[in-house]
Amino acid sequence: MEFPTQSSPYLPLNNNLSRLMTQVMLGLIPGTLILLWFFGWGILFNLLIGSATALLAEAAMLRLRSQPVMPTLYDGSALLTGLLLGLSLPPLAPWWIPVVGALFAIVIAKQLYGGLGYNPFNPAMVGFVVLIISFPLQMTLWPPPQGIDAQTLGLADTLRLVFTEALPAGATLDSVTMATPLDMAKTRIGLNFTWSEILTDPRYGSFAGRGWEWINVGFLFGGLWLWQKRAIHWQIPAGMLGALFLVSLLFYIADADSFGSPVFHLFSGATMLGAFFIATDPVSAATTHRGRLYYGAGIGILTYIIRTWGGYPEGIAFAVLLMNMAAPTIDYLTPPRAFGHRDQKEG
Amino acid sequence: MVTLLEQPRRIPGGLHLDANKAQSLQQPLRACSIPEQLYIPLSQHIGEAAEPLLEVGDEVLKGQLVARSPVYISAPIHASSSGKIVAIGDYPVPHPSGMQATCIVIATDGKDQPVDTGLKMDTVFDADPAEIRQRVRDAGIVGLGGAGFPASVKLNPGPEREIELLVINAAECEPYISCDEALMCHRPQDIIDGVRIMRHALNARQVVIGVENNMPQAIESLQRCLEELSEDAIRITPVPVIYPAGGEKQLIYALTGEEVPSQGLPLDLGIVCHNVGTAAAIARALLQGEPLISRVVTVTGEGVRQPANLEVRIGTPVAELIEECGGYTDEVARLLMGGPMMGFSLASDAVPAIKTTNCILAASYRETPQATAASACIRCGDCVDVCPAGLLPQQLYWYARARNFDNIQDYNLFDCIECGCCAQVCPSHIPLVQYYRFAKTEIWSLDSERQFSDMARQRHEFRIERLEQEKIALEERRARARKALKPKVGDATAKQAEIAAALQRVKAKKEAQSAGPRNTGNLTEEQQAKIAEVDRRRASTSGQP
Repeated sequence: MEFPTQSSPYLPLNNNLSRLMTQVMLGLIPGTLILLWFFGWGILFNLLIGSATALLAEAAMLRLRSQPVMPTLYDGSALLTGLLLGLSLPPLAPWWIPVVGALFAIVIAKQLYGGLGYNPFNPAMVGFVVLIISFPLQMTLWPPPQGIDAQTLGLADTLRLVFTEALPAGATLDSVTMATPLDMAKTRIGLNFTWSEILTDPRYGSFAGRGWEWINVGFLFGGLWLWQKRAIHWQIPAGMLGALFLVSLLFYIADADSFGSPVFHLFSGATMLGAFFIATDPVSAATTHRGRLYYGAGIGILTYIIRTWGGYPEGIAFAVLLMNMAAPTIDYLTPPRAFGHRDQKEG
Repeated sequence: MVTLLEQPRRIPGGLHLDANKAQSLQQPLRACSIPEQLYIPLSQHIGEAAEPLLEVGDEVLKGQLVARSPVYISAPIHASSSGKIVAIGDYPVPHPSGMQATCIVIATDGKDQPVDTGLKMDTVFDADPAEIRQRVRDAGIVGLGGAGFPASVKLNPGPEREIELLVINAAECEPYISCDEALMCHRPQDIIDGVRIMRHALNARQVVIGVENNMPQAIESLQRCLEELSEDAIRITPVPVIYPAGGEKQLIYALTGEEVPSQGLPLDLGIVCHNVGTAAAIARALLQGEPLISRVVTVTGEGVRQPANLEVRIGTPVAELIEECGGYTDEVARLLMGGPMMGFSLASDAVPAIKTTNCILAASYRETPQATAASACIRCGDCVDVCPAGLLPQQLYWYARARNFDNIQDYNLFDCIECGCCAQVCPSHIPLVQYYRFAKTEIWSLDSERQFSDMARQRHEFRIERLEQEKIALEERRARARKALKPKVGDATAKQAEIAAALQRVKAKKEAQSAGPRNTGNLTEEQQAKIAEVDRRRASTSGQP
């Protein structure tokens, strides 16, 4: 009897790319729901527009490159890029902001480099950085979080604002938006406020900014679930959060009036989203175990530097891109000791 | 100094796989019936192929030597049953490439009449280790764990080498394979006897049998046997169940915490490792006089009706084993020799079971699906987590793809044991092991090409040098000859006279020639007139352009 031949191993494979990407998307759910609750419908539009654009752009580029379209779309990586970009955009940004960002992320940062697996930079963060450099005003359009006594927009008003840039009667852009805690802290420190004065503002919530602290808790929860499911490794989040904690602790001990507390840094802005969902993008990160710790730590330190002394209130996107550049070198310098090479250090 | 750990260590990397051994352990170990024809390949081991001693038409008895080993790293071949040699030629053999190789084909007579092999030793424990090694060698015993390295070589540590530890590998870690477990359950006596012989031959200080701790019956069976023999210097250590804990280097690490050096041997640590089946084979050879003519083979998978462990004569076609186990089921999709992680697929069941055949896995598509298309590597690093050799499989993959054979060796390609863990966890379904095999064979062939061209260059250089020396020698010879011919001083006038005479001769010859410059000596007047006319015409035309 004749049989087909094939190379080993032969057992069924129970891991695949779309499963992995789906797990990451599931992990995003708790943080996303809390984000929706605090910042309203705009988030949903960003997610929808961002992911739809990403999928269309990916399909078009794959067609142009004569690559199989449906199997690649099905791996979920483009959708994930669109979602991650959407999650980092301000909810009241006009519709073309997620469109431009997602287009840039998929077309330039991903497909022109050769598609999934070949992009040296995190596509979502490239999209985000292009937007924040090119459209700084639109990128500040965060509404006040739920529970702050200010004007909030309903579904219809948000829709109109996002798609026609028309405000409801009597409202101004300033009256429907509000600086984020990171942004405000930066401005006020610049004006020589002390942290104890800044923290008296109701926008600072219980420990790291109203809304933001719980959003971060949500992403932390989702991230830990991912780690427990082995969809991500612990080294990058641990390196990033650990470094951010240590550096902020150092400055906080030295001068608690001018520098935010470690808790503030860990639970404000995009810290947890960045640590568990963005910095862990394996394609553009370091791959050795030790290298991942250093890579994460680099992102944590750079984030702190940019937040504290840089020109932008949040620094995770820049920190991730800078460390993306360093990833190949980190990998080169941190090879694991292979089995049986115990006494060959000098060789 | 090697010390056995109280608590065996977990090996780095590795995978937890479904054991799937219970299917083949339902029935007790039994002998497979004698097939009508045995196809016994001459090369079933690492090293040189054996050389046939008999011819077509010769009658053979069971256990009779039919092919001898020509060099040290080789193994002889014996007839697995009695009968007549009907052919010696190329037949399909079990090999990943599906190649053919020389086999001795024996038509069995069903009598299974044994020959006296002379292998049996009455006082094996007083015997000289060299004598034991020679008999193990004569019995054609090779490592039965899979590699098939001649066992006698591994019983020869060389002088001045103390063996601290003899490790008996019974950690059968690959799914589906249960031949060692069956052997431990049903023939513990053979195993313990063999282990004792090996201990004596190696003068090993400590002996440990490493068993995976999911084989309680096997452990109990061995333990009971040790108690009956009141043998307390052989330890049985259950090791944590993880694939590939049964790899030689991995098992040694689990038991001792020592790492066999890269490119090195366990011997470098004072350790020798033998498979449990090899131990039993040695006992049968030296205590019962039976050379290696049969082994235990697991026949299992959803593709066969009654999975079982069979005592199989070397050379029995795989189709016969399947028949013995009730035949194929409708679900059979693939035929593997060895396990699903490191085995290889057979194109046909016409190939024979050989000394290194531990398992025949007739698998369904549910058990071994068809390979799916690979997508791009996303550098997730799952392969790094499971690599028992501590390598970076994703880097090796990139360098193999790029045919960068220098860098791939910097990343320790040759420490890869091809266990398949990386490919098993890869979310992109990249056939990683295939890339490593490709890179290894490319490097080997480059190396042999380089050796070949080195040899050619050396030959060329030798030739140049030889010609140079011949030239010098010739010059010297000539110089010597000239010296010998050099005229003596007194002969100067004689020489002058000789030269003058020669000149005279030349002159006379020239004069004779100028007298008759043309062959026009005896011409008629008519002819002379014609010549004169032609000369004239030539003179007149030569002036014209």
